[in-house]
Amino acid sequence: MSRRAILDKIRQSLNATPNDQARRSALDARIANPPRAPAPSRVAATGSDTIACFKSELEKQLATVVEIDNPALIPSAIASYLEANKLPLRLRHGCDPYLSQINWTSAAGLTLNSGPAAPNDPTGLSVAFAGVAETGTMVLQSGPDNPVTLGYLPDTHIIIVPKSRILATYEDAFERLRTAIGSGNMPRTLNWISGPSRTADIGGRIVIGAHGPRRLLALITAEK
Amino acid sequence: MHSTTPNFKKNARTALADSQLQEALAGLPGGLVAQRAAARERLPEFDSLRDYGRDLRNHTLDHLDLYLERYEQQVIAAGGHVHWAQTADDACSAILRICSEADARLVTKGKSMVSEEIGLNHRLEGSGLEVVETDLGEYILQIRKETPSHIIAPAIHLTQKQVESDFRLQHDHLSANRKLDEPAELVNEARQILREKFINADVGITGANFLIAETGSSIIVTNEGNGDLTQSLAKTHIVITTIDKVVPTLNDAASLLRLLARSATGQEITAYTTFSTGPRRNGDPDGPQNYHVVLLDNGRSEILGSKFKEVLRCIRCGACMNHCPVYNAVGGHAYGWVYPGPIGAVLNPGLIGIKEAGQLPNASTFCGRCEAVCPMRIPLPKLMRHWREAEFEQTRGPALARAALRSWAAFAARPWLYHPLARVAARILKFSSGSRGSLSWFPFAHRWTKDRDLPAPQGKTFQELWAARGKSTTPKTKRSAR
Repeated sequence: MSRRAILDKIRQSLNATPNDQARRSALDARIANPPRAPAPSRVAATGSDTIACFKSELEKQLATVVEIDNPALIPSAIASYLEANKLPLRLRHGCDPYLSQINWTSAAGLTLNSGPAAPNDPTGLSVAFAGVAETGTMVLQSGPDNPVTLGYLPDTHIIIVPKSRILATYEDAFERLRTAIGSGNMPRTLNWISGPSRTADIGGRIVIGAHGPRRLLALITAEK
Repeated sequence: MHSTTPNFKKNARTALADSQLQEALAGLPGGLVAQRAAARERLPEFDSLRDYGRDLRNHTLDHLDLYLERYEQQVIAAGGHVHWAQTADDACSAILRICSEADARLVTKGKSMVSEEIGLNHRLEGSGLEVVETDLGEYILQIRKETPSHIIAPAIHLTQKQVESDFRLQHDHLSANRKLDEPAELVNEARQILREKFINADVGITGANFLIAETGSSIIVTNEGNGDLTQSLAKTHIVITTIDKVVPTLNDAASLLRLLARSATGQEITAYTTFSTGPRRNGDPDGPQNYHVVLLDNGRSEILGSKFKEVLRCIRCGACMNHCPVYNAVGGHAYGWVYPGPIGAVLNPGLIGIKEAGQLPNASTFCGRCEAVCPMRIPLPKLMRHWREAEFEQTRGPALARAALRSWAAFAARPWLYHPLARVAARILKFSSGSRGSLSWFPFAHRWTKDRDLPAPQGKTFQELWAARGKSTTPKTKRSAR
């Protein structure tokens, strides 16, 4: 069988035996206590501002970032963004608890549908599990709360990022995930999103909106 | 994939004379070089992260069997399947089997160099499947029936004009008068056409940048989002990847991801980085219902036990080819097989044999830029030199070159003969170069002097200069690491 043959060949190349306890312990130790590379000074240095770094890194990658202190104002902020971009006032979203605490009727004309994205949905709305300041990256978990297609099929993607979830590094976000769903577990997909879709495959010039969203709006807001 | 690697010299000559290729190559890799330098500048930790990355890859390779076992265990725990494949043929057969179990007719594909390595599209199409490449560059190449010429910018050898005429020919159901002179218009046309494919696909195939033993996840990085639509909309997601891609933990993947995009395109990070683990969970409204990983060896376990082991640290960023003067002059196709540039010159002989790929490690000036920029600090020139030695030992290469090398070796191994003759030769050459300092003719080197002059020695040999220098300074006893 291929599996056996490949593993045998690897062990032969490494001069190793399958039951070498020292080698197994090295693996177990690394997985039980995953080491971290030194964190980038842009987020680790004393006095570095995590939220400001998140915002400026994400803007560099051509996302629109808006800070709203009061979550009650999210519907009107979304409505004015959509109007400014001449987009229909229609949103597709999942059942993330963060969304149900918002009074969506506060913004006139905004229509909401829940479920995974349909091919003609103009805008998807998701809630980030975490934000990572070092590169302005939003971390999303797939599932009924935030169906994965919301971030890829619609032309516009809007992501709510509660301030308290913005962490310094990728490793911080993984630690938050291990705490939330248990070490070794993952959702079907964990999506890092750091800007709208783009390509440079034609003549080396960057074009925004290759296959995924042409626009990305990040709303940084309070937890409740 | 069929190789034209034994024709490297001929391929290179053709490439140098191809004005359209030269136009496409001018400036493009240069832009990537400048962008990488800027990204490195922005992250003061960049070079120490390279050391960290090298060490973590070495650790993983030293425990590869165990990490692969743990990875497999975690994929299965998440409801996925792992198919081990020793050869390209095994991998293609496994994928065909999965497609047939899924009753597939339409297969969408994200970008995967491993799928090029195993000639996957050819096999799938041969079985009557419709296969659609969804990375824009790969889509263009599929239309043109070409292979990638760069591992991250597959259509870097094409100009915008060429793409426009390809689209007009291929998309002949669209109005002939439509405007297509901007890259955005071309991208948009491909977007509309590929949307239909994503939505109707039965199977979505992606590669993997890394595999994670801790969680059983596969990672892809993309800027277009095509890999996500490929894997989220089809009923079955197949990952085609190789055994060297595994890393221990999520944190380890994070360390390598910090280096990957910065080394490749100079981006801080790609727009999308996706960790996929198993099929959709109970209650998930979207995502694939089946998840398969095809884990290919194809000679890598053999390389692991050889002096070329370090090449397995490669994370496929493409920085070595962007910085390579040879790659920049001839482009990727001249290399004749899947992996071009310095990484191909080391990896290809390991995968298809030195007999087939022997010209590639010789296509280098050993300028060392590839090693200087490699995020995994792979000593590419050293490994190319090992291949040259192996080629010589296996009595390969042109007879004249072998004879010349052998007599040179005999000469260089006898210092009592070498030093006085070298001193005389250096002085004669300096004298015959006159005031120009260069030679327009040299015995046995007419191929060189036909196109350019040969710089002449300055009159003293290296040994003489070194000896003179040794009197004023203390020589270092040990070379410091780069």
